[in-house]
Amino acid sequence: MSAYCELFNLTKIYPSPKGPAVIVKDFNLRLTEGEFVTLIGHSGCGKSTVLSMVAGLNGITDGGIILAGRELAGPGPDRGVVFQSPSLLPWLTAFENVMLGINQVFFTAPKHEREQIAEYYLSVVGLADAMHKRPAELSQGMRQRVGIARAFALKPKMLLLDEPFGMLDSLTRYELQAVLLDLWRKNRISALMVTHDVDEALYLSDRVVCMTDGPEAEVGDIVEVKFPRPRDRKAVMEHPDYYPLRERLIEFLEVHAHRRRPKAGAA
Amino acid sequence: MSNPIVPSSLTASAAESGTKAALNLNSAGQKPYGGPDWSRFAKVDWLLLPLLGVVVVIVLWFALSATLSKDLPNPTRTWEASKSYVLEPFAYRGELDQGILRFTWLSLVLVAKGYVIALLVGTPLGFVLGLSKTMTKALDPIIQVLRPVSPLAWLPLGMVLFLGAGKQASELAALFTIAVCAMWPTVLNTAVGVRAIPTDYLNVAKVLKLSRWKTLTKVMIPATLPYMFAGFRLSLGIAWLVIVAAEMLTGRPGVGGFLWQQYNALVYEQIILCILTIGVVGFILDRLMSVVERRFKTA
Ligand SMILES: Nc1ncnc2c1ncn2[C@@H]1O[C@H](COP(=O)(O)OP(=O)(O)OP(=O)(O)O)[C@@H](O)[C@H]1O
Ligand SMILES: [Mg+2]
Repeated sequence: MSAYCELFNLTKIYPSPKGPAVIVKDFNLRLTEGEFVTLIGHSGCGKSTVLSMVAGLNGITDGGIILAGRELAGPGPDRGVVFQSPSLLPWLTAFENVMLGINQVFFTAPKHEREQIAEYYLSVVGLADAMHKRPAELSQGMRQRVGIARAFALKPKMLLLDEPFGMLDSLTRYELQAVLLDLWRKNRISALMVTHDVDEALYLSDRVVCMTDGPEAEVGDIVEVKFPRPRDRKAVMEHPDYYPLRERLIEFLEVHAHRRRPKAGAA
Repeated sequence: MSNPIVPSSLTASAAESGTKAALNLNSAGQKPYGGPDWSRFAKVDWLLLPLLGVVVVIVLWFALSATLSKDLPNPTRTWEASKSYVLEPFAYRGELDQGILRFTWLSLVLVAKGYVIALLVGTPLGFVLGLSKTMTKALDPIIQVLRPVSPLAWLPLGMVLFLGAGKQASELAALFTIAVCAMWPTVLNTAVGVRAIPTDYLNVAKVLKLSRWKTLTKVMIPATLPYMFAGFRLSLGIAWLVIVAAEMLTGRPGVGGFLWQQYNALVYEQIILCILTIGVVGFILDRLMSVVERRFKTA
């Protein structure tokens, strides 16, 4: 299959007092259309850096990103971003938060149609009764639901999620994983998601990309996850491939991630 | 959003201590649902103690005017002489002989004008400082130098600036002084608020590719409002402080002008009346602003 989104030789270097700090070096990854890819790696290796470069929120030092045939420059609503903290604007209701983006992207549509879009996505994520509440009145999980609705409502070409469930308790996390998977399946949007959670990666994605430790982090290993879709958590966990895959990911994180490239010069 | 710049209000803590006292009484043996008596004690607490404070001050005042400072009119003489101003608050007997509320109104109108100018200049300036490091570097030293300058020093400058304005000069000079003195808290708080806008909010604006104008109106201004209003409140306090000085020096009718005129005419009885009026009005303004401010705190 041809690449829908391609990250080629993506490199991030921060200037620092001790000379340039190479955080990510020559990161290469291709996503096909509608593919769900998760990125795992140790804390601080540069996962968020990669994701925010794709989002256009962080400058690219070298290399580039091509999405749907065009090289990306800067941020834009063609990529729906779900941040780790829901980052809703606290003075707007859930509905208004979603509308902010919709008004921006679908400005040609009549008002009632735009409102219908917001209502639809908020209902799909389970907030039909709470859509006119302010973020302060919503639980953390509900806020993240708004964040998901906001991202999907813009019909983006690609979805970028940076540990979207990292701040949630495990029960809420399970619920939201199912919500996300459901929406993703219905909309077939390519997704790149950062996570710490190996089980989450296996449940959600088609491929898991393991990053080596920084500095000069790059793609270490790519694991194909071929559980049938639509997925059911229980069926996935009982699948005979589940534990071998899980072991492989954990082994990577425990052993191989630390192997630096020779030129990094570390012992 | 919590705001570190705003001091917690005195009345709130007073009310709190009242409740605490009530709870103590309760635990000291009263039946929890026994009757209405302990709640009445709580009321007495916040009614009686302040009254006691007032009585003590009045007694000290009597003592002072009878002993150390024989020229200070004692409370009864003050009241006798001030009665007509208080009981006929809207009387007009002459330019500098009006009821106290009439004077207050004149002062308030002037303050309002100067305050509005301070906000109109201070808020955008604060935004510019908050947004641009270069502007901060360029202007911060000037601000730090101008900020501590007393209104008494600004007023003559204002007079000189508006010398050409003829009859209007004193009003313009007073407005200039109020605006220049009162705008700094607004400038500085707005700048702090702009710098404190969470990157997350700005990222939302970036991802949605909001135009500069929309980013400003839909994200930056709402995010800064709590800080702005904290600044507005402090600015109003200063504007009211300045009015007295401005009226004294320009001889304009108003609470401050009246105070100064009576002093110069060697009539000392109304000085305390004016001080009290200034204090009460300042207190009420501050309360009103804090109500407005609280409305924007959660926003
Ligand atoms: N603005 C910056 N200037 C310099 N170094 C930075 C900057 N931002 C991030 N870094 C460094 O880049 C490295 C990667 O950070 P990043 O946030 O991408 O890690 P991460 O993999 O997302 O970690 P986590 O799993 O904890 O979120 C870190 O070592 C961090 O110190
Ligand atoms: Mg991160």
